[in-house]
Amino acid sequence: MLWVLIALLPGCITMIWQFGYGVLFNIIICLSTAVVAEAWMLKLRGRNIKPFISDLSAVVTALLLALALPTIAPWWLPFVGTLIAIVIAKHLYGGLGYNPFNPAMVAFAVLMVSFPKNMTVWVLPSSLLANDIGLAETAQLVFSSLSSSPIIDSITAATPLDEMKTRLNLSQTTDEIRHAAIFSNIAGEGWQWVSLAYLAGGCLLIGKKVISWHIPVSLLAGLFIASSIAYLVEPSISPSPLFHLLSGGAMLGAFFIATDPVTAATTLKGRIIYGLLIGLMSYIIRTWGGYPEGIAFAVLLINMTVPMIDQYTRPRVYGHK
Amino acid sequence: MKLWRFNGGLPSLAEHKNESVHLPIETAPVPAQLIYPLLQHIGNPAVPLVKVGDKVLRGQKIADAQGLISSPIHAGSSGTVSNIGEHLIPHPSGFSAPSITITTDGEDQQLEHTPCADFRQLSAIELVAIIREAGLVGLGGAAFPTAIKLDQQHKTKPIETLILNGAECEPYISCDDRLLKERAISVIKGVEVLLHMLACKQAILAIEDNAPDTFSSVQAAIDANGNPQIKVVKIPTIYPTGSEKQLIKTLTGKEVASGEIPADIGVVSINVGTVYAVQQAVIEGKPLTSRIVTITGEGVNTPHNLEVRVGSRINTLIEVCNGYTNKAERLIMGGPMMGFALLNDEIPVVKATNCILVASKNEAVTDKQAMPCIRCGACASACPVSLLPQQLYWHSRADQAEKAAKLNLLDCIECGCCDVVCPSHIPLVQHFRHAKSALKADKHQKHLADIARERFEAREQRLALEKAERAEKSRKKKAALKARAAKKEIEAAASRAKEKQQATSNDES
Ligand code: SF4
Ligand code: SF4
Repeated sequence: MLWVLIALLPGCITMIWQFGYGVLFNIIICLSTAVVAEAWMLKLRGRNIKPFISDLSAVVTALLLALALPTIAPWWLPFVGTLIAIVIAKHLYGGLGYNPFNPAMVAFAVLMVSFPKNMTVWVLPSSLLANDIGLAETAQLVFSSLSSSPIIDSITAATPLDEMKTRLNLSQTTDEIRHAAIFSNIAGEGWQWVSLAYLAGGCLLIGKKVISWHIPVSLLAGLFIASSIAYLVEPSISPSPLFHLLSGGAMLGAFFIATDPVTAATTLKGRIIYGLLIGLMSYIIRTWGGYPEGIAFAVLLINMTVPMIDQYTRPRVYGHK
Repeated sequence: MKLWRFNGGLPSLAEHKNESVHLPIETAPVPAQLIYPLLQHIGNPAVPLVKVGDKVLRGQKIADAQGLISSPIHAGSSGTVSNIGEHLIPHPSGFSAPSITITTDGEDQQLEHTPCADFRQLSAIELVAIIREAGLVGLGGAAFPTAIKLDQQHKTKPIETLILNGAECEPYISCDDRLLKERAISVIKGVEVLLHMLACKQAILAIEDNAPDTFSSVQAAIDANGNPQIKVVKIPTIYPTGSEKQLIKTLTGKEVASGEIPADIGVVSINVGTVYAVQQAVIEGKPLTSRIVTITGEGVNTPHNLEVRVGSRINTLIEVCNGYTNKAERLIMGGPMMGFALLNDEIPVVKATNCILVASKNEAVTDKQAMPCIRCGACASACPVSLLPQQLYWHSRADQAEKAAKLNLLDCIECGCCDVVCPSHIPLVQHFRHAKSALKADKHQKHLADIARERFEAREQRLALEKAERAEKSRKKKAALKARAAKKEIEAAASRAKEKQQATSNDES
């Protein structure tokens, strides 16, 4: 688990660099809430606290949630989210190893459904801001009531994925849309660097044999195949495959979220199917669903199919037909 | 030669061969006592042929096989039978079992044995009988009576390949390696005997590629022997490649179907130590009374490869190794992966004992706290049988041995690969052993229940029969009574009539 944290570092740093200190506050609030909540739950359940805290699984969950949240969020959003992840999605299901759904994604989905307004407000990448927002200013935004702040509208915008979807719904073509400022060359200003940082971290994990390649590769392949087909058929209204791969949570999801072993399929064949399904499902949600980003919901949906995938992909036992 | 790869396994398991592999075989002195558990093979226990006070010689049969799957036992030295009764035996659960104890007289007198000039004069049936009489069992650890493996009488399929298992894949153990280095000529002679018995055309002796010296010594012995049917191959060092089914897959690409034996696919596989014992039994006429045992680990002062009389107490071997070090923590019979812990060192070496590992704290299996399973699948990737240990564990733990059995729990070879790779340090094999014995107990219970039910049904039937018989009898009796009553009535009526007649005649007169 320590390696997972290390591999997330480049992503964290790039996020902060591209989107400002709001990300830092998310991380701090999520991590501290997670550690306290985990210890509290372990105590309530009469478990030995030390070995369970030191396995870092709660910290990883919290960090993943922090990175998935909007880049500026009122303090209670990461706080409530982390509680949902640790207390409900993890411990009420029986604790480490027993939760059928990815805790970070459960929290993300609950927040998305309950607080859609807060969950879709993203700070503009720093390159598009007239002047940077400092640490103190961010703190003020995070801890005072965010929505009433007068400057908030000037520094936030929808994410490229969101924007793309909204405008496509207004029957604009991808070519027209991409002239907007937030769409820089490929996947949206800031986003592509973040995605590449996650990709680098993911490769590190595969190299270190912390995760196997099966899930990330098949997930990205699923997304790539679906978006390529659409792009080839109707390029004017379909974002390019590269846009899909490098925007939103695709890379974070592929390397760090879908690879959570507890909620993933366990057999090798099963993992490839699992990854492909998440990739396809993300594309479907991104394109036709009600939310701009599909990874979280796709992961949760495909989590449900895991017992079935596992059952039908059992390897042939030695000496059996 | 083309080789195949079985699933999973541990290619980089620490081998720990360097502790003992360079040590030549030495002969352990005859101990003051030799203890022979009557059951030290798979099958029925042997029955004693001696009584307390009897004098015995080395090589004398002291207990005979009972039934087909069984094996006789021979005295390892001359002396007097001093006890026949319970003694601690090497068993994971620390059982005692009936054993014969011989107090040796130090003279080590042998029974005459007659070498065989030309084994080719003997038929397969005669050779099987010799091997059975010599008390041979699988010396690689399984202790299955060798004669049964070699008996082709009832088998329909011809044996195409004879595999000689020299792949000592378990860490620490070096007894087979030393045997092949020092006595390869005898082993190859044994192979010839087996080829002759099985009417088989090719023999493959497999050695792991981490033992090149051993390979050359075997190659030299084959060259000297000149038999073109025998060859030696290097196979990749991947634990557990020395396990019978995995070795067969590696060498032939074939799999032994679940529940069947190698002979069903035309293969017989025999451990090289057993092959040596075959040579000793057939050519030299000597029954199995000794074997090579590796004594190793950080817990003994000087590790050894010892030729030991079967029946020697472990403590007598530790003495040869200059005693325990202060690191000695746990006594293990067999290797660290598939061996088991012993209660104490009073326990005797049996035919299946290939290694005594006196493990230090860091050699013994880790005592790290088991954490919940995180479903990482590492265990499944490592399983040489392609099982899903994580799911087996799930069911075994929930006392659903039946469900685990559906996932082929019984195919688990207890190799321990899954234990080693589990990041949560779950003692998986322990759970599997437990679930297996639960299954066995279930089966036994079912068997008992079946017997009870049969008995009950038989009794019911008997009772019903008896009831019917009784009814029949009483009916007959009643009928007889009735008949008698009727007869009486008739008689009475007749006599009444007579009386009447008489009375009337009297009146008349
Ligand atoms: S002990 Fe059994 S389940 Fe575990 S790896 Fe070996 S064969 Fe597979
Ligand atoms: S290796 Fe251990 S933690 Fe991983 S799936 Fe197997 S039993 Fe679970």
